[in-house]
Amino acid sequence: MNMMSEAAVEKALDKKMNDVAYKMIGKDVSVYYGDKRALYDVNLNVRQNTVTALIGPSGCGKSTFLRTMNRMNDTIEGCRVTGKITLDGDDIYDKEIDVVELRARVGMVFQKPNPFPKSIYENIAYGPRIHGLARGKTEMDAIVEASLQRAGLWAEVKDRLHEGGTGLSGGQQQRLCIARAIAVSPEVILMDEPCSALDPIATAKVEELIHELRANYTIVIVTHSMQQAARVSQRTAMFHLGHLVEENDTDKMFTNPDDQRTQDYIMGRFG
Amino acid sequence: MSTPLILLILAIIAIACYVVGTRHALAIAGGRSSKLHSRPGYYGTFVALCAVLPSVLILAAWLVVSPLYINSTVLDGFPEDVKARSPAEQGLSFGMVSSLARGMNVLSLDEIERIGGNPVELRAALGAKGVPLAGDPEPYMVESAGDLNVMTKISNWVMTAVVLLAALIGAGFSYTRIAPRFRARNRVEKVILASLVVASSIAILTTVGIVASMLTEATHFFTSIPPWEFFFGTVWDPRFAAAGATDSAGQFGLIPLLLGTLYIGFVAMLVAVPSGLFSAIYMSEYASRGVRSVAKPLLEVLAGIPTIVYGFFALTTVGPFLRDLSSQLNGLVTGDYANFIQAQSVLTAGFVMGIMLIPYVSSLSDDIITAVPGTLRDGSLGLGATQSETIKKVVLPAALPGIVGALLMTASRAIGETMIVVLAAGVAARMQLNPFEPMTTVTVKIVSQLTGDLEFTSPQTLVAFALGITLFAITLCLNIYALYIVRKYREQYE
Repeated sequence: MNMMSEAAVEKALDKKMNDVAYKMIGKDVSVYYGDKRALYDVNLNVRQNTVTALIGPSGCGKSTFLRTMNRMNDTIEGCRVTGKITLDGDDIYDKEIDVVELRARVGMVFQKPNPFPKSIYENIAYGPRIHGLARGKTEMDAIVEASLQRAGLWAEVKDRLHEGGTGLSGGQQQRLCIARAIAVSPEVILMDEPCSALDPIATAKVEELIHELRANYTIVIVTHSMQQAARVSQRTAMFHLGHLVEENDTDKMFTNPDDQRTQDYIMGRFG
Repeated sequence: MSTPLILLILAIIAIACYVVGTRHALAIAGGRSSKLHSRPGYYGTFVALCAVLPSVLILAAWLVVSPLYINSTVLDGFPEDVKARSPAEQGLSFGMVSSLARGMNVLSLDEIERIGGNPVELRAALGAKGVPLAGDPEPYMVESAGDLNVMTKISNWVMTAVVLLAALIGAGFSYTRIAPRFRARNRVEKVILASLVVASSIAILTTVGIVASMLTEATHFFTSIPPWEFFFGTVWDPRFAAAGATDSAGQFGLIPLLLGTLYIGFVAMLVAVPSGLFSAIYMSEYASRGVRSVAKPLLEVLAGIPTIVYGFFALTTVGPFLRDLSSQLNGLVTGDYANFIQAQSVLTAGFVMGIMLIPYVSSLSDDIITAVPGTLRDGSLGLGATQSETIKKVVLPAALPGIVGALLMTASRAIGETMIVVLAAGVAARMQLNPFEPMTTVTVKIVSQLTGDLEFTSPQTLVAFALGITLFAITLCLNIYALYIVRKYREQYE
């Protein structure tokens, strides 16, 4: 495993030479749930304006890693993180960093659509309101419209902004959650299997949306679907049993991976 | 044979049937229970049920019907002049007869012979044996008592025979039906299902019965006191005067009692709701697992304290404390050490009742807040909301309908509470708004109207039923409304 991480560090240095902009850098990240270790010295860098897919069999630690990136693990009792994760060069686990501010910059979309039991408008306005992003109703209306536009939901809901968000279909709910995340203008959006509860058509819409969002945001997505990783991402990282097996260009990963385990997993031999 | 002995024999038969039935089923299947339709135990249970159920039903029916029949036969046998008397007097005579009958079972045959038909001696002899009689028995009574004893004895023997025969027939019949494809499980389950239905209807039927009995008595009350005087009367003064006097009914105004009930309940909710809700929020959102596992059961212990104990607490501690506090305060401000809070007051009762209600509010709300899905919390935290923003803007609004329902249920408990009020707020029915003065509630008045030496048919007693049905209606409405709210909004977070 040491060989692996050293190789990864070397590769990262290589990329730096080639002037790649890294948004977030994870160095020797380990996570413990109580006595149980869930992640082993993961070194993973996330490039700016890129979709990075995290793949791997269930329980491999990919969601855990995702949650360390905006410190959602803080809410889990007995969870401990070692190593270093930086956002634009600042250590996000530093005592000086306010976790609330961090989460405003690194937003998150969850596995199951979880709109608040409020109106569509209020769902979007929630984040901007707590962060004081809008002065007055006109600005708030503008933010709500822009977020829904970007999430490709505006046309579908513009006539019923004040109806309940829970009344939407599953796919619409998930796009509402993405719009909600966009509304606070984050720099990074983390997505934890955002399509696992959706039907194929809704999935296609969300994937299309992810594609478009890449222009403005850095996206990290956890997915169980190889095809989805291949469709939406430019970089892919493969996790197995808490270790980062390989991180590579998606094209290379799915055609000619460096690691045998990646090949086996992609071919469907395990997982 | 006595009934318990018969039941014991039936139980033994049941056990025997179970064992024999199970064995027989297994034997038929050649020892392989897989060949049977049901597990062997079901065959045993089936046989036992066939033996016991019909015989127990016969026993129960017999025990109800046979005394009725025997009694009416004995009454028929009374001499004509007795039969001509009023039913009440006949009842008295029959009471004598049954006492005599019981007494004659105690006496030995020799003693009965010796006493012969001498009523006075008979009474003395029975008295010596511990069977007191109300008066000297008349000769026809002795005769009837003898008849009664004979008939009872015959009935008992026949009953024993019939019941045990039924048990044996049932056992034999069901035993012959055991076969590999016989669906014993389905039949046993039908019986169990029926018993479950019976069990659940007991509570419902009892409620119906209670309401019916209260309604009947309340109607009696409303025939002597017009409903508007009860519901809109502002004076509560049921004079305990001799019954029959036309002007002695007094005034039965509900309003002062209702006002007291609502006022004390309101003060109690003022105390219980904030601290209960805050503790629920702490328990469900902030407390670590360790704190929660200790604090939650401790809080729930409060709910198990009998309310009379809270009453003591109010009477001996809170009431005097408030009274002394008020006199000190008054002294500080005006120099006059007169207390402005009575030891028994709305405030005392409300405060102590509020403390009693805290665990209800906190436990119910805690469950409801915990039921709000964690994904909503994650969603809010993931947007950069602080924990307190998440609780205030997402968790509590989502839980609000449930919490309102919980509060309404708590309120209906507050309305029904009696013991604390008796001890802490007194029994004076007064219409006023000063929380430092004593008031009383509907429940307290129900108790005080029903206890004491009053004629049951007087309005002074019957008013308790009118009060009861009013209280029942209020709490029922509160509970139904609470259930309605909880149900209406439940789907919102599913």
